[in-house]
Amino acid sequence: MNDKDNKLSDLLKIANKAYQSRLLVGTGKYKDFAETRAAIDASGAEIITVAIRRTNIGQTAGEPSLLDFLPPEEFTYLPNTAGCYSADEAVRTLRLARELLDGHQLVKLEVLGDPNTLYPNMTETLAAAKTLVKDGFDVMVYCSDDPIIAKQLEEIGCCAVMPLASLIGSGMGILNPWNLQIIIENAKIPVLVDAGVGTASDAAIAMELGCQGVLMNTAIAAAKNPVLMAGAMKKAVEAGRDAYLAGRMPKKLYSASPSSPTTGLISK
Amino acid sequence: MQLTINGKARSFDLVQMNVAQLVEQLALIGKRLAIELNGEIVPRSQFEATKLSDGDKLEIVGAVGGG
Repeated sequence: MNDKDNKLSDLLKIANKAYQSRLLVGTGKYKDFAETRAAIDASGAEIITVAIRRTNIGQTAGEPSLLDFLPPEEFTYLPNTAGCYSADEAVRTLRLARELLDGHQLVKLEVLGDPNTLYPNMTETLAAAKTLVKDGFDVMVYCSDDPIIAKQLEEIGCCAVMPLASLIGSGMGILNPWNLQIIIENAKIPVLVDAGVGTASDAAIAMELGCQGVLMNTAIAAAKNPVLMAGAMKKAVEAGRDAYLAGRMPKKLYSASPSSPTTGLISK
Repeated sequence: MQLTINGKARSFDLVQMNVAQLVEQLALIGKRLAIELNGEIVPRSQFEATKLSDGDKLEIVGAVGGG
């Protein structure tokens, strides 16, 4: 198999659907919808997250909406439960999302526990995941980087677990690669890093650890040049994935090995 | 008719109204939205058939940018 074949067959599979891109992006915090669209195009993302919120009643007719710029026919929408602090609210939100998106089943579950850290409440998350899976949803779940919780979410029937790399919107990068590695090694479903990525190298590290993908929003939207950063993230995710597949050389502390021939040196 | 929509009280001149008529009254025709009536989702196919009563509580939601 040559490199090209390898790339074509190396797809991200979530809930029986295959995707070329392993970068999933959010659609929040951009200057305007045009910038949102340009950044998402540059990222190459096929799965994009959206939030479900009360419609503005009495807004000027014909005011553009997110969906005008990102038609659901072109992307796989991943409605989220951002801002939900209980299992009930999260389930209710995603049922509305399913109706909104014509029976769409792929969702991102997140139940928050604290408004300052946005750290997930895993007790409520587990409860919501159970209800949603029973109700026929394909649940990608934002979670803490606790390997036991991640396994429990898999056993409930979630289609992907998405541990945080660090706090949502913090840009602090991968703070506990060891936990992520344990989660990845134990999982039979895709593990994606969700939250905390700050720059391209963070995304590459997540992929080198063996993550199946990375989900991010602020790292792109809050960059000085979001479109340029979106392109950087695309390359980082691809580079990290290739490096993971290639299999890195072993680390050899205190045993240097020259890359150039040791013979044929001049003046010997 | 008096309704609570997205947490705000609103009154309408019509005495009888179904969900489809409400969507029209709110100038939301053609918008992609989902509606909950007293905590239960009203499928789009049921907008015409679902009659509203005084005091009903509705949530009308759409998709917005988010991460």
